[in-house]
Amino acid sequence: MPGILAQTLDLLAGWRPLDTWIVVTAALAAMGCSLPGVFLVLRRQSMTGDALSHTSLPGIVIAFLLAQWLNKLGWISPETYETARHGVLFLGAMVVGVATAVLTEWVHKLGRVEASAALGVVFTTLFALGLILIRTAADNVDLDPDCVLYGTVETVVIDTLAGTGVPRAAVLNGLVLLVNLGLVVIFFKELRISAFDPALATTLGINATLMHYALMAVTAATLVAAFESVGSILVIAMLIVPAATASLLSRQLWLVIVLSLAVAGLSAPLGHVMAIVLPPLIFGRLGFDSVVDASTAGMMAVAVGMLFAAAVFLAPGTGILARIVHHAVLVVRIAAEDVLGVLYRAEEAGMASKATEVNHLLENALKAGPLLRGLAMRTLIREGKLVHDGAIYRLTPAGRDAARAVVRSHRLWEAYLAKHFQLAEDHFHDSAARAEHYIDSGTRERMAEELDQPGLDPHGRSIPKES
Amino acid sequence: MTLAAQWLCGSALLGLPVPSDAAGIVDQFLRVASLRDYNTRVVLLGTTLLGVSAGVVGTFMLLRRRSLMGDVVAHASLPGVALAFIVLEAVSPGMGRSLTALLAGAVLAGFLGILATVAIRRYTRIKEDAALAIVLSVFFGLGIALFTVVQNLPTGNAAGLHHFIYGKAASMVADHVRFIAAASALVLTLCLLFFKEFTVLAFDEQYAAAQGWPVLRLDVLLLALVVGVTVIGLQSVGLLLVVAMLIIPAAAARFWTDRLGWMTMVSGLLGGLGAAAGVAASAIFPRLAAGAVIVLASSFFFLVSMLFGIRRGVLVQAFALRRSRRRVGRHDLLRAMYENVESSVETDGSPEGLDLTAQPVAFDRLLATRSWSAARVRRLLAAAQREGLVTGNASSGYRLTARGAADARRVVRNHRLWEMYLITYADVATSHIDRDADEIEYVLDPDLVAELETALSRRRADLAMPASPHAIQEDSACHG
Repeated sequence: MPGILAQTLDLLAGWRPLDTWIVVTAALAAMGCSLPGVFLVLRRQSMTGDALSHTSLPGIVIAFLLAQWLNKLGWISPETYETARHGVLFLGAMVVGVATAVLTEWVHKLGRVEASAALGVVFTTLFALGLILIRTAADNVDLDPDCVLYGTVETVVIDTLAGTGVPRAAVLNGLVLLVNLGLVVIFFKELRISAFDPALATTLGINATLMHYALMAVTAATLVAAFESVGSILVIAMLIVPAATASLLSRQLWLVIVLSLAVAGLSAPLGHVMAIVLPPLIFGRLGFDSVVDASTAGMMAVAVGMLFAAAVFLAPGTGILARIVHHAVLVVRIAAEDVLGVLYRAEEAGMASKATEVNHLLENALKAGPLLRGLAMRTLIREGKLVHDGAIYRLTPAGRDAARAVVRSHRLWEAYLAKHFQLAEDHFHDSAARAEHYIDSGTRERMAEELDQPGLDPHGRSIPKES
Repeated sequence: MTLAAQWLCGSALLGLPVPSDAAGIVDQFLRVASLRDYNTRVVLLGTTLLGVSAGVVGTFMLLRRRSLMGDVVAHASLPGVALAFIVLEAVSPGMGRSLTALLAGAVLAGFLGILATVAIRRYTRIKEDAALAIVLSVFFGLGIALFTVVQNLPTGNAAGLHHFIYGKAASMVADHVRFIAAASALVLTLCLLFFKEFTVLAFDEQYAAAQGWPVLRLDVLLLALVVGVTVIGLQSVGLLLVVAMLIIPAAAARFWTDRLGWMTMVSGLLGGLGAAAGVAASAIFPRLAAGAVIVLASSFFFLVSMLFGIRRGVLVQAFALRRSRRRVGRHDLLRAMYENVESSVETDGSPEGLDLTAQPVAFDRLLATRSWSAARVRRLLAAAQREGLVTGNASSGYRLTARGAADARRVVRNHRLWEMYLITYADVATSHIDRDADEIEYVLDPDLVAELETALSRRRADLAMPASPHAIQEDSACHG
């Protein structure tokens, strides 16, 4: 362990300002993506986001070619080339984004093809078109398919704004993030209503179709800004996973937005550190000394996936861990109530002072195994409902009250079943053994009223009074 | 259309991929078409087999609404391939080229991806679409990260792994084709053996479960077939596009038939055709990546099917819609004529006493009958005149011909029988009857009319031509 820690610190000691810019740029790109992602996830259009990330490829290639063509014609001067190229790029991506949505809608409505299959048809076709374009245009255009698909944030940050050390990509993604934030703040109400209840949104005069296409256009534009840094395939991770993670943690829309921004922002430093540290740690030990680092974009997707997994397990209240704990607590409570019931019935039968009988009952009349029984009894002793004096377990007054409530629930429920359902007598007990743990004093009160305060259950045993 | 425009735009801008000398193309085309090259034959055979099996498996995935699962499997297989390569290289350098091991890695990772998707759906409140997107992107991200590691390996043959992403049908050798043929044969045999089971699964999962079919195991088998097809496809079309071979032929086949057996066959056929056409095109124009061309060829077949498919094609649907609109318009006009004559002529009450052909109906009265525009009435009249149901002109009024009168009697009788049925048996208020009858009268067939007659004969005497149960309004307001 100390070896690994030392090696990690050693690897991170090589951190340069460039690394910081990589993290900043990637974080801005990821945060920009996570905003439209929240609404895609809410509207159950996550795979549309995936489709857009694929179809942005032909848009990007065509825009590149168009910009170069305009440049050759002399319509844009070399000084403004970069700016103009980005303008054309955004426009191209938005057009292709909306075209994807429109084509999918056509195939779905006109051809009556199932929605996800329609999406699949359209995006694979456009992506194939993009691949062919990029292959055939590779000679004319400074555009590497690998860069478009996987992104190379490591080299993108070298291209800085003149006079400052700020990478152009960081500025671009920062601007997109600001625009997206502004859009979310301005149209928060409309976005929320149309995401949760499109029908209500329509009756309120919000144009659902327009919202849909606007979201597509904004998503496509965001993807284009981010593709240089994280790649057109991996942006899908930044689009959907932070939003999904946040939706596990909260049900408040504004909080989901804030949390997904945080998750997306966190994934960048985490991913970059993992990209630097993990490969030498793992593969260096396998004997591959030449492995120095891995793709930051790829590791960011892994990092955000890990954050998602963490949320799945640890989310308060709904996470797997919380549910396991909740279930365990419930199981122990039920076992403890069964122990109380057994002891109460033993007192009723006048066996409460006979240690062997009581122990025999505790060992055999309970469904719980020895481990759970021990846990339940320890819980009861801690709560002051049970004492172990000498060789025998006894109910304390508080324990007797609790036990009386359980037995009263059980027998009232049996009486209630007997009155209202045509069941054989031996069918009451199992149902009552389950119901006794869920019937509270209010329900007992109402059942007793309904049954005219019965004194006996169907088996002829007395129903104890409420304490 | 947009696709074609984009494609033209792209080609024009690039001036590519048209080779400079036409003779070269023709020569190349002949070489490919005559299957002269051993290599072309090998690649064509392998890819076509892949297309057929993908088309067949895709049919069931489409009907189960699981089309995009294939995309997840394909993307998720990348880390498996990369990891298998690294592990093999660690064990003994140079072994990373073993295709079997790489594909085994892909299969394992693909299954893991499916498992992860199912687990997310099962244990969290994340919806299906997001679960797919999460698994797809995170697995693919891991794959890319491992990929960069592979590139740094001393023996790193990253170029070979590249083909798994983009596909490279041209690099196929006889060994691969033998593998693909065996795998495809296995996939097709399993599909054939479990055809009935998969059918039930695709159409009514609950029913299948209630009938005692092992739904979960069948589901796993179907997904295993998807993994199989994906892994076969990795080599030739690449993981980014292999999903297209699962979706597009199946979606295209749906336009041609409503029968699952036929759909499966058509889908397999289209898949094979698309794959073959793509490989041929990329053999003629070597610059074009085979995977992408295969997808575009399949998309072309999809477009053709969507337009011209004889079951659900856009044209067939438009034609059927037009025909049914015409029929409805004709019925409405005939009924309007009948009711106008009926209300303006004093008869003894028997339908035979009503001479429908004698009495002309003025244009304005027809216009007032329903909420028709003047242009629509004119169109309906013109159509009816063409069909010989109505004669006359605007100045003298319009009369039914003998054939038109017979049709009108039948239409009105159907309408009123249905109205009576609704009143007698369905307890519909009289004011609502006309609207409901309007909607159904067009689809009453002779059998149903006979049934209505027997059902009503016990209760009503005037079945020959029932009187309208409500006042026939000249005001169109109620007809909406």
